[in-house]
Amino acid sequence: MRALKFLLQKELRQIFRDPSIFFILFIMPMIQLIILPLAADYEIKNINLGVVDHDHSEYSQKLINKIVSSGYFRLRDYSATFPQGLHAIELDKTDLILEIPAQFERILVKENEATLFVAANSINGVKAGLGSAYIQGIIQDFNQDVRMQWIQLPRLSPQPTIEVTSSNWYNENMNYKVFMVPGILVMLVTMIGSSFASNNIVREKEIGTIEQINVSPLKKTQFILGKLIPFWMLALSVLTVGLLIARIIYGIVPLGHYLTIYVFAAIYLLAILGLGLLMSTYAQTQQQSMLVSFFVTMIFNLLSGLYTPIESMPQWAQIITKLNPVSYFIEVMRMVVLKGSGLVDIKYHILALLGFAVFFNTWAILNYKKRSG
Amino acid sequence: MKQFFIFVKKECLHIWRDRRTLFILIWMPIVQIILYGFALTNEVKNSKIAIFDQSKDDATREISNKIAASRYFNLVKNVYSYNDIEATFKQGKIRLAVVFPKNFRDDLLHTNHAQIQLIADASDPNTANTLTNYAAAIINDYQQSLNNNEKLPYTINTQLRMLYNPELKGAYNFVPGVMALVLMLVCAMMTSIAIVREKELGTMEVILVSPLRPFLIIIAKTIPYLLVSVLNIACILLLSVYVLDVPITGNLGLLIGESILFTITSLSIGILISNGAKTQQTAMFTSMMSLFLPTLLFSGFLFPVENMPLPLQIISNIVPAKWYYIIVKSVMIKGLGFTAVWKETLILIGMTLVLLFVSIRNFKIRLA
Amino acid sequence: MISNEKVITADKLTKKFGPFVAVDQISFEVNKGEIFGFLGANGAGKTTAMRMLCGLSLPTSGTATVAGFDVYKENELIKRNIGYMSQKFSLYEDLTIRENIRFYAGIYGLSDQRIKEKTNLLLKQLSLEGKEKTLVRELPLGWKQKLAFSIAIVHDPAIVFLDEPTGGVDPITRREFWSLIYEASEKGITIFVTTHYMDEAEYCNRVSIMVDGRIDALDSPANLMKNFSADSMDGVFLQLARKAVRNE
Repeated sequence: MRALKFLLQKELRQIFRDPSIFFILFIMPMIQLIILPLAADYEIKNINLGVVDHDHSEYSQKLINKIVSSGYFRLRDYSATFPQGLHAIELDKTDLILEIPAQFERILVKENEATLFVAANSINGVKAGLGSAYIQGIIQDFNQDVRMQWIQLPRLSPQPTIEVTSSNWYNENMNYKVFMVPGILVMLVTMIGSSFASNNIVREKEIGTIEQINVSPLKKTQFILGKLIPFWMLALSVLTVGLLIARIIYGIVPLGHYLTIYVFAAIYLLAILGLGLLMSTYAQTQQQSMLVSFFVTMIFNLLSGLYTPIESMPQWAQIITKLNPVSYFIEVMRMVVLKGSGLVDIKYHILALLGFAVFFNTWAILNYKKRSG
Repeated sequence: MKQFFIFVKKECLHIWRDRRTLFILIWMPIVQIILYGFALTNEVKNSKIAIFDQSKDDATREISNKIAASRYFNLVKNVYSYNDIEATFKQGKIRLAVVFPKNFRDDLLHTNHAQIQLIADASDPNTANTLTNYAAAIINDYQQSLNNNEKLPYTINTQLRMLYNPELKGAYNFVPGVMALVLMLVCAMMTSIAIVREKELGTMEVILVSPLRPFLIIIAKTIPYLLVSVLNIACILLLSVYVLDVPITGNLGLLIGESILFTITSLSIGILISNGAKTQQTAMFTSMMSLFLPTLLFSGFLFPVENMPLPLQIISNIVPAKWYYIIVKSVMIKGLGFTAVWKETLILIGMTLVLLFVSIRNFKIRLA
Repeated sequence: MISNEKVITADKLTKKFGPFVAVDQISFEVNKGEIFGFLGANGAGKTTAMRMLCGLSLPTSGTATVAGFDVYKENELIKRNIGYMSQKFSLYEDLTIRENIRFYAGIYGLSDQRIKEKTNLLLKQLSLEGKEKTLVRELPLGWKQKLAFSIAIVHDPAIVFLDEPTGGVDPITRREFWSLIYEASEKGITIFVTTHYMDEAEYCNRVSIMVDGRIDALDSPANLMKNFSADSMDGVFLQLARKAVRNE
């Protein structure tokens, strides 16, 4: 194990001698962690509304006011005809059109029933779905107001009504950043860990120093450990920087224990770094290793549940997420930060990650050949 | 001209020989399209829920069955206390809990009023909202059926029309975005790495002393990547039409023309990066930071630009991918013609000219 | 200093890459303390043969022992007893001279005390005292090569393998390099060296010349010149190399 000490010393010296390392390891993640959550805001608000009002009655005006004052919509276009309103959608000026037919108020009084038209630009399905749900909700409320005004109902309704109350746990303010920041942090730690580790060995291959190591009595396990431990420590420091930023800038304080996060991260990184090392044992040039690790981390990130819920994925994709270490960490991170889950709650996640760590590292060690065939 | 083609051939051979890289370049867009098309959807279905039924009567059972039978929900657990709910949430096993109070049916029959509580895991606010809406709608249906579907007076109906993408498929949004992303990646990143690699290996010197003009050398270097990206565009379009059922509603020629324009923009960015970078790793990281992430973030395909703070919205304007994304969305999905996208096209042309000018000028300076 | 003890033996050692026979049934022995020159044109199979002996490449057939250990099964034991300097420069350019020495000495298991002594000795020998904090990147090529050689024998191996150690180095530095080799040889280290320079071949005790993967001649430089009636090793080499079918 004495040899390991020398290996570690050498790796750490090399890492910190590179002037760009500080930038890549600390400044870049900081910038990303500050910009990404600002940009990656899925929260649906500020839906641009276009109105085509053929009625021009007191009630149509009331309805429009009610919609705008809900806070979800911004009135961006007022067109005389539907085709004009549609044109505004084509230009991306508006996302949603509300068309109020002529004589809307009169029809409602006369026929006891009237119809409004809503058309949504649904290229972005989520926005269209939520936007139309919001507007329908507001219209229903408006409907209720109208009834209350027009008919003097007995206060106690003769019909059975079920009141649905809803509460939002763990994120009462429905703050999207609290949800995204922990996930983005996982992504950052993953990208830095895996691409750095894999690039590092390939670089030794390219410059030829690996021959010198191969001809020494150093054991394979020692060599792999010597590469793994420094990057493990670096990734944990990036995690620490990230958690600090989350706390200072976004005010995110985990409900659970920091220790839980670190215990899990420690195991997780063994798995991810093992994967990086494994990729490096196959690559011949840095360009290859960069492209491969880019490709793999891209798939991992897309199928991690960071952007879209895992339950919504088809069966085959859900199976892949089970084989994806990133999805476990993102889930755990959110559980610990938002729900205060402890080590007992994540015991299966830990076991799965231990499995990955053993699997990738064993494969990497087996595939790293000191002697060519 | 003959010398020029010899160069182009050499560059093509480089890519052709490195099969692993070529393999990834070809498969990357295909895998992305498949993942975005099938796996990544915000559509909520089979969400895991738990029911806490303190009443256990006919009414609660019927509502529970209705909820469990819906395609949005998947009943995984019956819980017996609020603590139980809390624990289940903490293990990440459910997204929503439905709580029936005691004497639900009696209250409903005798006082005409009963309550149901929906508790959502709002870690993910959008999903929480959607789930609550769906559950409330199911309960509302039940209530309607109790009232024998009797019409309430003065009912305002809403007729809803989803334009362009009635099934609310995620693919409509992602296909144009993936096109922008892949072209950026292949053209800009790979070109810059390829040029810098020649610098690193020292072969650039040899080429520069050849009688061919530097401008042509650079053009020759970019041509194979242009070919690869044309192949990529073809793959993406074929996949989107035949596998994802996202049709090309607009003019195919216009779409391809605009794509080639964007390819040239990306190539000029690649050349520009290669002018500054000394090592492949630097070229790679510069491309990642200045191209890949901004394209992902600011093109608007993953995150709505209008939600961003103003400074970021302003920054998004200098990301070429944003304009290309708007063009593809308009032409391919909305089926609009050139008149609708001439402004965006002009912006892209302008950007390309500036980038080409700067990068070629820098290249000559380097030679001197 | 040369004894009759055999430190390297090879018998019909062969390496094939697919249909291509890189090394074709070579047999030879190297005595302890000898400076053994391994000559051949580019592509003759020198580096492949050397890599097999160092345990970097698995032979296809034949037998060989290095320092008494079998190259098939005991390659890790061989590694404890050899030093190796590859064609490619193999020190870490972003580490200082001292750090490189410390690292390589460390992974060969030298004690801290030994490492300190060795470092001082080595710096003195190469007259690099006071420069130990220089990054290796900043040294001229000749210095780098001398440093690489000294580091390759920092753990006092029984044998050191040198693969074209003086490629691209000026004649004065080459001479200095060879005096380092002689010093090592005097301490009883066996030297196994490949080279292109025929004047260097004349510094060796014995020389083997490889042509197309086979050893076509093996003797002391004086005997070779006599047998081939040449007045320099150049002449010997040219006569043999002309027969080569492979060229690269």
